[in-house]
This record gives sequence, structure tokens and C-alpha cells, in this order.
Amino acid sequence: MTELVAEAPVVEQTADAAYPYNNVVPGAVIGRWAEGSDPALVVAPDKLIALLTHLRDQESYDFLSSVTCVDYSAYAGKARAGIKERFDTVYHLYSTQKGGGHINLHVRVPEGDSVPSATSVYPGANLQECEVYDLYGIKFEGHPNLRRVLLWEGFNGYPMRKDWKEAYFEEENKPFKNRHPAEGYFWHEDKLPWGSNSTYPEGWDPESWQTPISYVPVSQAPEGLGYDSEKSNVGAVGELDTQSIVVNLGPHHPSTHGVFRMLARIEGETVLALEPEMGYLHRNHEKIGERNTWLMNMPFTDRLDYINSMSNNLGYALAIEKLANIEVPERANYIRIIMAELTRVVNHMWSIGFILNDLGALQTPALYAIEEREMILDLFEAVSGSRLMCNYMRFGGVVRDLPAGWLEKAKYMVDTRLPNVLDELDRLITGNEIMMARGRGVGYLSAKDLIALSVSGPMIRAAGVPYDIRKAQPYCIYDRFDFDIPTLPESDIFARYYIRLLEARESVKILKQALRDIPGGEFLSTRDKYTFRPTEGEAYVRVEAPKGELGFYVVSDNKANPYRYHVRAPSFINLNALGPMSVGYKIADAVVVLGAIDIVLGEVDR
Amino acid sequence: MFGTGLLKGLGITLKHALDTFADDRKHVPSRYQDSVKGGNGRRVIEQPITQEGLLTIQYPEERRLLPERFRYIPMLIWDTQANEDKCTACGICAKVCPPQCIWIVRDMDANGKPVARPAEFYIDAAVCMSCSFCVEFCPFDAIKMNHDFELAVYDRYPQLVYDKAELTVPVEYYAALWPTQWAAEEEAKRQKEAEDKAKAEAKAKADAEKAAKAASAAAAKPAPAAVEAKASAPGEAVASNGGVVVASADGGATDEAAAKKARLDELKRKAAETAKKRKDGGA
Ligand code: SF4
Ligand code: SF4
Repeated sequence: MTELVAEAPVVEQTADAAYPYNNVVPGAVIGRWAEGSDPALVVAPDKLIALLTHLRDQESYDFLSSVTCVDYSAYAGKARAGIKERFDTVYHLYSTQKGGGHINLHVRVPEGDSVPSATSVYPGANLQECEVYDLYGIKFEGHPNLRRVLLWEGFNGYPMRKDWKEAYFEEENKPFKNRHPAEGYFWHEDKLPWGSNSTYPEGWDPESWQTPISYVPVSQAPEGLGYDSEKSNVGAVGELDTQSIVVNLGPHHPSTHGVFRMLARIEGETVLALEPEMGYLHRNHEKIGERNTWLMNMPFTDRLDYINSMSNNLGYALAIEKLANIEVPERANYIRIIMAELTRVVNHMWSIGFILNDLGALQTPALYAIEEREMILDLFEAVSGSRLMCNYMRFGGVVRDLPAGWLEKAKYMVDTRLPNVLDELDRLITGNEIMMARGRGVGYLSAKDLIALSVSGPMIRAAGVPYDIRKAQPYCIYDRFDFDIPTLPESDIFARYYIRLLEARESVKILKQALRDIPGGEFLSTRDKYTFRPTEGEAYVRVEAPKGELGFYVVSDNKANPYRYHVRAPSFINLNALGPMSVGYKIADAVVVLGAIDIVLGEVDR
Repeated sequence: MFGTGLLKGLGITLKHALDTFADDRKHVPSRYQDSVKGGNGRRVIEQPITQEGLLTIQYPEERRLLPERFRYIPMLIWDTQANEDKCTACGICAKVCPPQCIWIVRDMDANGKPVARPAEFYIDAAVCMSCSFCVEFCPFDAIKMNHDFELAVYDRYPQLVYDKAELTVPVEYYAALWPTQWAAEEEAKRQKEAEDKAKAEAKAKADAEKAAKAASAAAAKPAPAAVEAKASAPGEAVASNGGVVVASADGGATDEAAAKKARLDELKRKAAETAKKRKDGGA
């Protein structure tokens, strides 16, 4: 870290041949942000697009995993010494062809400046750049549709900036001082009575404001966006002379899987363009996370994708373990994998059930699919104390050992119950003629398009891309297990259903091995770490969550609270593909297209 | 052939219907014959991992058997032997609580010197996220998770702000709710005591005997008022998983509630005053 202080002035200079990529894109890389565990390159803003294009085309970094931003205005660490710019936008790139680790790029942005939008190279930057604009107020030059996605237009300020304070603001960081030992209980509403806790941007009138629908593009056919669309089935409307209208689905529509809205421009019944509209469940998870201490975030991650709190816990624990170099005991690694795979089975059954629901097979098949989920949740409850909000993992292991008799139950579940139930689901759905008619050839998008749109998880494996982080960049102890990455070539609704069933079977395979091999011994390597402070640095860790690639980006300035805490939410980013996938199909198909993405609003909205 | 998929699916639906029916008939007059009988005549059902057929239960007449580790809202442990709060008002739980919903006021003795005992202890149950961090980090085993999840009330404030009297339970209640963990804690305590004893061997044995005598005398002391208040509060008497079943006594419950409301209103008023002062002070 000390070298970095010395190195900082280098950043002020122009290109240096010592940095990588400057031989191919001259002047692109102007420094290094190398402290901590994640080396990162500082890129000149005007060379960003050229560098991204080079990385995508020549180095096969075809997958833009995460775009986010850090406001360094209150940074207490040494690494920022001598740097004037307030913000950094941060990019993490991966290769779905080569696998392996990432390239991390930082672009320094002074307050009020804008950054070139990465959407021309990676269309998948779309929603993530909107999010950065929404929460940090950074403009992206050349973004096709820059708008507030999580907050509404009447929101005053940019909440992730360090100087922004929420209603009922108490202190910058927890723990708050007045809880002990001398002050009595107070009621928050007394401090800031109702009515004075909302403000509007200057010159903005809540009375006269109306939701704009102008941002719904006229057409979203993949050709228009300039990516591969040879096979995309963009239907013609037919001979009738019709006029396009914008139809609003949601926010309380039963098929929207929560409070979520789709604005569809349709001609007849054919979708021309479709924009997702979210944020109804937004609670500024990341701001809460930055007020919290490191450990306090663990139960909050449960509330992201509340179907899979175990894999959220795992992702966050791994990120902090990487940041602070914490060892995990053998037994804990096995327990973690057992939990992560059980939750994958839970999630896939759930999502299969609800694809059927969206197809109109109301309730009954969905309930068959989630029966077994209840039994698995019982297992979670016995081990962690809660069915959904497990809060089970800690930095360096898991919080408690398995209770007596748990392994036997889990073995019965994995050896007997799950294979039976998966076979039954297979028989129930796979050959079903209605499922075929509604699912085959609907919602097609090519693998190339999907990757360009930063889509991950079962969605791309159903398009024939054998990309799974458990194999591509193994974490925990996944490299010890024998399992396959199933893929299907069709990339339609039916394939997205079937891939989940196949993945659940692979999970059962992993579970069998893990339950057989689990050793005894310690389950937690560090105890009593509520005053935990990782050394200065940043880390980005992703796991193959059931819904896709779940990433945690954390920055520490060696304080008791995370300086930056960002969640790369797979449900949110997979929605990039919702519009392009629905275009050309009927409006009723858009409902299933959404269902097959498998979103959960706790994670989309954060 | 077209339609076979549909027929297969219908077959599965039929199988489910028959399984459910058969499972129900297997256990005439009731499939829950041997289930634990809880408080208020309600049955507590234990579903084995081998359960097939009917997987639902009839809540609220029936309830699931909760696993020992089930966590809901914390409770404070009253040490019936020493006849005092186990809590020392150290404040660690208030510091680790993620939503910061624990408020502790430390007690003072007659001279205004702080003592290791809480005067007030609040948990805002509407804010508590049941994470169990308070339990994990309490160094004195003074706070544990309660299993009672039926907490519905008409108003959030002040009913869901639990004060010390409402949070306190006797240690036996905890021992019945969390038998395995309790046994482990006692075992650890015994071991530690044995170690301490070995260390203190050099000291006079007479001292040790005296201490033991004092401990057994303390055990004979009656339970404190706070515990009785807890036991008689309406709705608090539901036995959880073979926990202590306490008959609900209505007498005094309304007085208790009124007193609590007055107490909380007073605190609320004080807080409002402080807030006003802060505001007027032009911070
Ligand atoms: S409950 Fe435990 S942690 Fe909390 S103040 Fe009392 S002794 Fe300290
Ligand atoms: S369970 Fe968690 S949220 Fe509830 S009081 Fe304890 S620490 Fe706070």
C-alpha cells in the first residue's frame, strides 16, 4: 500500500508503456489501482470504448459482468492520496470462452463530468449504467435510454453519494451511540414527523407530473441494436393496418412475480418493444450496507433473493474472505456446498412451478413442484433456525454445526425423495403438448446476443453456452466434485424450463458426493468478529447462484463499515434481455418470457 | 402420439389425489394421533422426512413442531437460582444488532454509580429481523431466541416495543425450549467450574463448601415479580414445543398493559422533548 502512495502521481501523467494494453490501445491505461486483493487498471475516459472493444474482440473478454461506481469523497484509506476525482466507475470483465478471472477497470470521473457509455460495446451495460446514473448521478454519454430505474423521477438527490442522508437519518455508521447505556427508547417518527421527510428536486412539481412513456422505444428488434439477429424470430404484424399502442402490465399483475411493471409497445398482439420498470421494492440495500458494519450485512443479504438466502450468504462470505484472507475449515466448505446446492434445487423447482403458472397451469403443478421445497426448508430451519432468512454463513465458516441426525435426513432427501420428485416433474411437464406448443421456439435470443446483454446462469446454458462459474472459475471446493454443466441449444422457453430440471439433477449428484465425503472437525475459523476490520482494498467475488451470476463488490478503507458494498444481482441484469426476447412474439408470450428469466424482486430492486 | 403427454400428466395428478386420500385414511380417526398436544388444545405436528401424501397441516388448529434452533424474537433470561437478570447491561447486543432495535438503559445504585444490571431493556419487535446476532455475541448467555411467533397485535406502537418485563423469561423456560443447547452450555459451565476448582485446589476447601451451600440456599428463593408478570401476560402462555405451559390468568393483565402504556407514553414524550430541543438548538 505504501508503494501506491508513491505511485499515485503517475496517474496524473499520460500514458505509460509499463501498463498493459498500451501497446494496442495507446494511452488507454494510465495507472494502476493495485492495493488489496484485486489489481485494477485505471483507464483514460476517452480511450475506454477503444479498450473495451479491443478486450472484447481480441482478448475474448466477451462478458461485462458488472458496472458500478464508487464515491471516494469520504475515503479514509491511503490509496486515494493525491487523487482529485470524486468518483470511479468500475467495470469487471470476464471471458465465457476462456473462463478464469476478471479484468477490472476503473475510470476516474470528476464531479459533474460524464463517462462514455459502454453500451455500444456491451449492450448489457444498459440497466447497470442506468442504476449508476440513478444512484450516483453520473451521466453516460451515448447511452440509448438513460433514465432512473430504481427511483422515480421526483426523487431528490443521488442516494449512494456519501453526502446524501436518508429520512430518519441518525448517524453515518452503526452502531448508533444512543442505544446504550443511558438513553431510553424513542420513536423515530417523533424525530422527523410525517410530511417533512420527502423533498423534490428544484422546480419539480409533484402535482402536475405524469409518468412518461416516451422512453418505451418504438422498436427493440435486435437488428436495431446492432447485434446478431439472424435467427431471431421477429414476427411481421400481418396485412392489417394497425397502430402501435403502449400497454402497461403491472405493477400488481399476478404474472409479474412481485411488484414489477412491463411497458409494452404492441401492434395488434405483437410486441414491438418492451421496457421493464422496477424499483417498487427498492430499499437502498447498498446504502444500508454501507451504514452497517461488515458482519451486519450478512442477514441483509438474506433479503436479496429471498428464495436462496444460502447462496447469497455464501457470495458475501466469500467476498469478505477474499478481502481479508480468511481461511475456511474443510467441514465448513462441505456444509456450504450442501446448502448452496440444496437451495439451487429449491430455486429450480420453484421457477419450474411458476413457469407453468405463467403458462396458465394455475397452482396445481406449481404446488407439486414446490412440495419438496417445503421439506428442504425444514432442513434449513433445523440447521439455521429459519426457513428463508437463514443467516447461516459467517466469515470463515458457518455459524453452527449441523444438528444431530441432520445428515441422515439430508441423505434420505437426496437419495430417495429428490430423484423421485425430479423424475415425476419430468414426466408431468416434458412431454406435455401444451408446454411444447407454448414453449418451443418462443422467446428466442441467440447465445451471442444473450452474452452481449450480460445475461448469465441457466439462461445462457439453455442457449448452448457451457458457462458455469463452478467450473469456469471454481470457488469453495467445487473442483473436487464430479458433475456436468448441462446445455441445450434451443434458447427458448422450453429449453429454459428443461435446463433447470437438468441442473437440479446435477445438484443432486453434487449433494450425494458432498454428503458422502463430509469430514468432521471445525466449522468456523474465526469467532467473535463483530469488531472486524479488513485491511484496505477491494474485492469482487461472484458465485453461480441459482438465478445466475451473483457478485459482491466490496471496498474497504480499513474501517468497521464497508466503504463500498455493491451487489451484482443476476435477476436485475438478466432483465436486459426481457425486451429483446419478447419482441416479435405475442403479448401473452411476454409473460412467460419473464417467468422463464426467473426473477425475484427482492434482488431486482434491492 | 398427440395427447400422451397430457394423459401422463393427468395420471400424475390422479396419483397425487389418491396418495393424499390414502395417507389421510391410513390414520383413522386422525393422522395426528400421536402428535404432541400443545397449549390451548392445539396439536403440534411433527412431519417426518419420509412423509408422503398429505403434506399440509391445518394451521392454526395444528402447528408444526419447531426445531430447537428456530429463532424469532429474543428473550431475556432470568436466573432463578441467583434471583437476578443474567444480563449485565454490557451493551454488546445493542452494538451488534443490525437494525439497531435494542435499547438498554444501565441501572444505577443509590449513589448514582452505574451497576451491571439493566434498568430498561427494549426490543422493537417490529424492527427486529430475527438474525440472532444478539444471542451469538452475548458473553453472559443472557439473551436467547424465543420460539413464540404468534405476536399479532392491533397497534405497532407501543405493543410491539417489548420492555424488560415482557422480554424476561425464567431460565427453565429456556432450558425446555432449547434442551440440547442448554445441556451443552451447562456442560461447558461445569467443565469450566471443574477447571477453576482444580486451580483453586490450593485454597482452603472450606471456602468452596461454603459457596456451594450458599448456592443451594439461593435456589430456594421464589421467582421474581417480573417473571410472574411475564407468565400471566395474555397470549404469552402458549407452550412452544413442550415448553413450560402456564395457565393464562386474566386478572391484572389490563392493569399491567395500562401501566406499560403509561410508561411508554412518558418515554415517548421525553423523546419528543429531546428531539424538539435538538431541533430548536439549530444543530
Ligand atoms: S443481553 Fe447480553 S450482550 Fe446484551 S447487554 Fe445483556 S449481557 Fe450484554
Ligand atoms: S435478533 Fe437480531 S435484529 Fe433482533 S434484536 Fe437480536 S440482534 Fe437485533
